[in-house]
Amino acid sequence: MAFEKDFNLDATELRLGLPGTSEESEKQASTTLRISNKRAMTDMNEDSSVAADKKCDQETAPPTKAQVVGWPPIRSYRKNSLQTKKTEAETCGMYVKVSMDGAPYLRKIDLKMYKGYPELLKALEDMFKFKVGKYSEREGYNGSEFVPTYEDKDGDLMLVGDVPWGMFINSCKRLRIMKGSEARGLRCVV
Amino acid sequence: MFWGSRKTIDMNYFPDEVLEHVFDFITSHKDRNSVSLVCKSWYKIEKYSRQRVFLGNCYSISPERLIARFPGLKSLTLKGKPHFADFNLVPDDWGGFLYPWIKAMAKSRIGLEELRLKRMVVSDESLELLSESFPNFKSLVLVSCEGFTTDGLAAIAANCRFLRELDLQENEVEDHRGHWLSCFPESCTSLVSLNFACLKGEINLASLERLVARSPNLKSLRLNRAVPFDTLQRLLIRAPQLVDLGTGSYVHDPSSEAYNKLKAAIQNCNSIRSLSGFLEVAPCCMSAIYPICENLTFLNLSYAAGLQSNELTKLIHHCRKLQRLWILDCIGDKGLGVVASTCKELQELRVFPSDPFDAGNAAVTEEGLVLISAGCPKLNSLLYFCQQMTNAALITVAKNCTNFIRFRLCILDPIKPDPVTNQPLDEGFGAIVRSCKGLKRLSLSGLLTDQVFYYIGMYAKKLEMLSIAFAGNSDKGMLYVLNGCKKLRKLEIRDCPFGDTALLEDMGKYETMRSLWMSTCEVTLGACKVLAKKMPSLNVEIINGSEQTEFNLDDRQKVDKMYLYRTLVGHRKDAPEFVWLL
Repeated sequence: MAFEKDFNLDATELRLGLPGTSEESEKQASTTLRISNKRAMTDMNEDSSVAADKKCDQETAPPTKAQVVGWPPIRSYRKNSLQTKKTEAETCGMYVKVSMDGAPYLRKIDLKMYKGYPELLKALEDMFKFKVGKYSEREGYNGSEFVPTYEDKDGDLMLVGDVPWGMFINSCKRLRIMKGSEARGLRCVV
Repeated sequence: MFWGSRKTIDMNYFPDEVLEHVFDFITSHKDRNSVSLVCKSWYKIEKYSRQRVFLGNCYSISPERLIARFPGLKSLTLKGKPHFADFNLVPDDWGGFLYPWIKAMAKSRIGLEELRLKRMVVSDESLELLSESFPNFKSLVLVSCEGFTTDGLAAIAANCRFLRELDLQENEVEDHRGHWLSCFPESCTSLVSLNFACLKGEINLASLERLVARSPNLKSLRLNRAVPFDTLQRLLIRAPQLVDLGTGSYVHDPSSEAYNKLKAAIQNCNSIRSLSGFLEVAPCCMSAIYPICENLTFLNLSYAAGLQSNELTKLIHHCRKLQRLWILDCIGDKGLGVVASTCKELQELRVFPSDPFDAGNAAVTEEGLVLISAGCPKLNSLLYFCQQMTNAALITVAKNCTNFIRFRLCILDPIKPDPVTNQPLDEGFGAIVRSCKGLKRLSLSGLLTDQVFYYIGMYAKKLEMLSIAFAGNSDKGMLYVLNGCKKLRKLEIRDCPFGDTALLEDMGKYETMRSLWMSTCEVTLGACKVLAKKMPSLNVEIINGSEQTEFNLDDRQKVDKMYLYRTLVGHRKDAPEFVWLL
């Protein structure tokens, strides 16, 4: 299923010295050794040791993504160009109305704020105080009290979760959280 | 040799012009270098008739010596910064300045016609001097360069009366809001190739249209983002003879008149074999280009972030003759399967990451690569950014594709093992080098031990360039490579536990290579000093962070970055403070 890969990013998190095999912990150890070498050497000069300490702190701090300089090996031009596209996309905002059956008023959310379906559904659950069931291609959100649906570019009422995330945010015009009882008819016929 | 024995034919009987004419047919740089070594007479003739020179390292010789050696120089290719500078590992101002070369050539009245630069610092001043000094200048190609603005481009446009080619690829250019395009005089009608895709600023669209209209020989046109859809349509009407097209912005309402006009214009461009751009793209407009897809041999969608996998695959279905494909990883493994079943002529594939820092979302894995290898037996060049790789997959790829010349694999998590077996990827890469006897370039990633280097040293006999990151266990790894890879020219290593023993074991080896880069390894300053002292034909440079001065370090200190290269002219004079020339 398209969005289930979003769970558990730890296994592929980009950082130096992943825990796991002995080679990696060796590498980690040698990296730490190197850093302490640097510290000893620069003790003589006050100013540079402060700077060196700062540098070392950066190296030993738990690395978040994009912490490794020059990795992945793509040209700065390409990297900058992707960043520009991302920030441009970010500043635009993609606000859609969200209605829930039985609620007195609608809300608006920015679809660009979410990386995928799990985050979106969680946000909707928090906003409207309901729980949505597990998604499956065959059954939709079978068994839930509420079912997330949306109106697409063609004006059709669609089930949230069927299409890849990118396609979804480009075609979603508004969201509607439907009562489970009403949503039965939307289950896809295989 | 067909000259026969000396008694029957005296070589000096042939006038120089005849030999020169024969040499004209020898175009490869390596062959011409060999020709000049045969005898004094051949050396002299070759020297004066040599027009094209390639310098893989601009610091290997000085401009003056080059000019003295080849006074008939017409075409010069220069590379400046080390390759890892592309990935921000080399500070700005390290070097690679173009200006001294232009100054020297201008002074000596060299009849320069063509200049191709990679990773050089190109100032506006140097572009201005270039444009004023060489009346027959025809071709400027800049790749991954920096230091210039649109003012420099304006000088080129204004002064190079016979300009045929202006090709800017992935340069960082400062936009000065000038109208550089308008600086091409009305009399300039010689353009064959114009590529300004990397420019970020606005373009005078009317000037562009007029320029294209008066350039009947224009074969290659690559636009930047500032060129909108309707201008593209008008340009295509003016230039139906285009062979290579790079669109700028490709966003429009598919139900509009302008869109229909574009469809018609594109259908008329039946010479287009190469397509790129789509820097901004509305997926619904892609069907307009389907008619030209069946003749495409090169398709570059690596900047088309707006296209999702299904749109990409729909497009690929039409591209049966594709030989080179550059694409983003959002195509996915399934999408690569479509490529594999459609593009049977595929020779080169590059899959770039659409989200480089979010490894978890990378859309291609070993599966995509295996599908490609099964479907595209002619594949010889690969650049593949992926989330993971397995030994089994690499072994399958090696079996399916034995023709690899370039094999660059980048697993976004640099020390990730085989996720199925949790083993290092030594066996997988070993299979590649064993199977691909013609392999010239290799980049490794993933969890790797000394074993992979054992295989490389044993089997990669034709290897010329090797890039290593976060790999190996000990000096043995590096030694396997240095001892085994007889044809090695460029070796670049980062974050590996290779140290002094490996570095100093065979110092003569570096004279047979262009350059060696080692950063964040175990090499000490003392060892670098030893190497520099013993090998005067090498420049050994240490690049430091700005807070360190020479007096604070002793020889036991590990160096951060070392770059060494062979040279005929000793220490360079333009090194900045943070570069120590040992």
